[in-house]
Amino acid sequence: MSNPGAAITAADISVLGAGNAPSSSRGRMLQRLLRERKVAVGLILLAILAFIAVFGSWMAPYHPDADDFGLLEPPSLQHPLGTDSFGRDLLSRLLVGTRVSFSVGFLAAAVALVVGGMLGLLAGYYGRWVDTVISRGVDLLWAFPVIILAVALVAIFGAGFRNVVIAIAVAYFDDFARIVRGETLSIRESDFTVAARAVGARDREIMFRHIVPNLIAPLTVQLTFAVGLGILTESTLTFLGLGVNPSTPTWGLALNEGRDFIKQAWWISVFPGLAIVITVMALNLFGDGLRDAMDVRGVSDV
Amino acid sequence: MGRYIARRLIHALFVIWGCATLVFFLLRMIPGDPVIQMLGPEYTPEAAVALRHKLGLDEPLFTQYVRWMSNVARGDLGGSIASGETVADAIKSGVPKTASLTLVSFVIALSIALPAGIVAALQRNKPVDYIASFIAFIGVSMPSFWFGIILILVFAVQLRWLPAIGYAEIADKGVGEWLKRLILPGLAIGAGYAAIMMRFVRAGLLEVLSSDYVRTARAKGVRERSVIVRHALRNALIPVVTVAGIQLALLLSGAVVIETVFSIRGLGRILVGAIFDRDYPIVQGVILLISVVFVLANLIVDVLYTFLDPRIRYE
Repeated sequence: MSNPGAAITAADISVLGAGNAPSSSRGRMLQRLLRERKVAVGLILLAILAFIAVFGSWMAPYHPDADDFGLLEPPSLQHPLGTDSFGRDLLSRLLVGTRVSFSVGFLAAAVALVVGGMLGLLAGYYGRWVDTVISRGVDLLWAFPVIILAVALVAIFGAGFRNVVIAIAVAYFDDFARIVRGETLSIRESDFTVAARAVGARDREIMFRHIVPNLIAPLTVQLTFAVGLGILTESTLTFLGLGVNPSTPTWGLALNEGRDFIKQAWWISVFPGLAIVITVMALNLFGDGLRDAMDVRGVSDV
Repeated sequence: MGRYIARRLIHALFVIWGCATLVFFLLRMIPGDPVIQMLGPEYTPEAAVALRHKLGLDEPLFTQYVRWMSNVARGDLGGSIASGETVADAIKSGVPKTASLTLVSFVIALSIALPAGIVAALQRNKPVDYIASFIAFIGVSMPSFWFGIILILVFAVQLRWLPAIGYAEIADKGVGEWLKRLILPGLAIGAGYAAIMMRFVRAGLLEVLSSDYVRTARAKGVRERSVIVRHALRNALIPVVTVAGIQLALLLSGAVVIETVFSIRGLGRILVGAIFDRDYPIVQGVILLISVVFVLANLIVDVLYTFLDPRIRYE
């Protein structure tokens, strides 16, 4: 999809060579990963967020839907992040909402990875008309800005968790298709695939035993970015009123509800946004660090 | 050169045709009967037959498709269901607002990104560079609509420097008022764009600064200022132009969302409103228009690129 971050990461990642990392260098790779400060910081933040995503409902001081508190109360000891216009505790709602944001982001990115990856693999491996059909289709989707495409899909199929996940996945799967196609094209001509074919390996065997393992590095990086973009897109859709169920406490929904009370209650608008920024930043840091650490040619400038 | 442009033009036409086809199927992919959904509480069997006929949905799919394509080619996008005006007219009222917003955010973004990127590159690995990179990192991780809300909080609610919402026509209120109301939304959209552009300017400049011709220029005693401006910057900006064009989509989609925050009735507000009203002809029209603008912007950038970098033509 023609998304900003995505377009760039795709371009950056295509610079990653098809380096077939032998297992002896795997230890060194791990060392390099951990030495990368961005990876470490991103990983720590993500671990904390993952913990909240899993245990958020137990950590929340109140039930997220309990609305028997004062309306629009500013942050206090009882309500560290204040209360919203329905008299609900904002901290509890944000803690519980972490899981929703992560679920949407991860699921959408995973679907995009599988669908885009398969299409890219087929296009790159078989070439000719298969490639033409798939590549033209991907080109076409690229002509729609991500948000527009996601908004259009939700407009057609309706809001709700499943449809939002599908809409975001459709909006981002072409990034994966492009990366996988490009890598497959170059790996297909490499000595080890030619050799495998010469000794009679079947197509499927070549694809999954020889090509796919070489795609793991660039795809991991892209997946990390896609989760972040997915979380951003979900919050945008929900903010516009086109997101997951309005009864589910999500960060985007809190922002949507806080918009009418900017003057009276700044905390409803500030804190959910901070939650999104911290999460997406953690994912971007991690992805950036991974890319720097795994890139043999060192394109760490961008 | 001519052949390259012709090829790109044909490709763009092909993509636009594909977009129009996709948008055509958009309406037909709605689960169930779209007419029932569009009429909502006003549904009667007679009204449904009438609306189906008005939209041409009672004809064979192929006939519908041919008519849609020939109508689109003539700029006829049908009529709005909610208001009765033509889709073209309904959209026309939003275009100047979204265009103004995109333009202002583009100017704001570049006037942040260019100096910031140049300074970061020249001060590589020094505190300034780290601070700029860190801010850019926040910029790409931040939802633009949230940044817009924060800007309203700080500059409209607290400081009262700028109006919080609304749009002013140049013809009615003059350029000053027009600009005043576009600065906050423009900044909200431009921030993420500026962050990406800054990283590209920095990377592009760093690459050029380590090239042979810059070393040669320095070796023959050209002043540093002149090396940067005349030799390095000019070449560093070539890739930046491409990114600037491709990332236009970011500004456009940003505008779609930010218009809701700042209550500006541009294309985005019209699109979201039409979705809630189930006014599908408007939804189709806006989506088609945005995708066509995006395809054309990419075409222009590609052509521009061949002028800036002659090496491209021989590919």
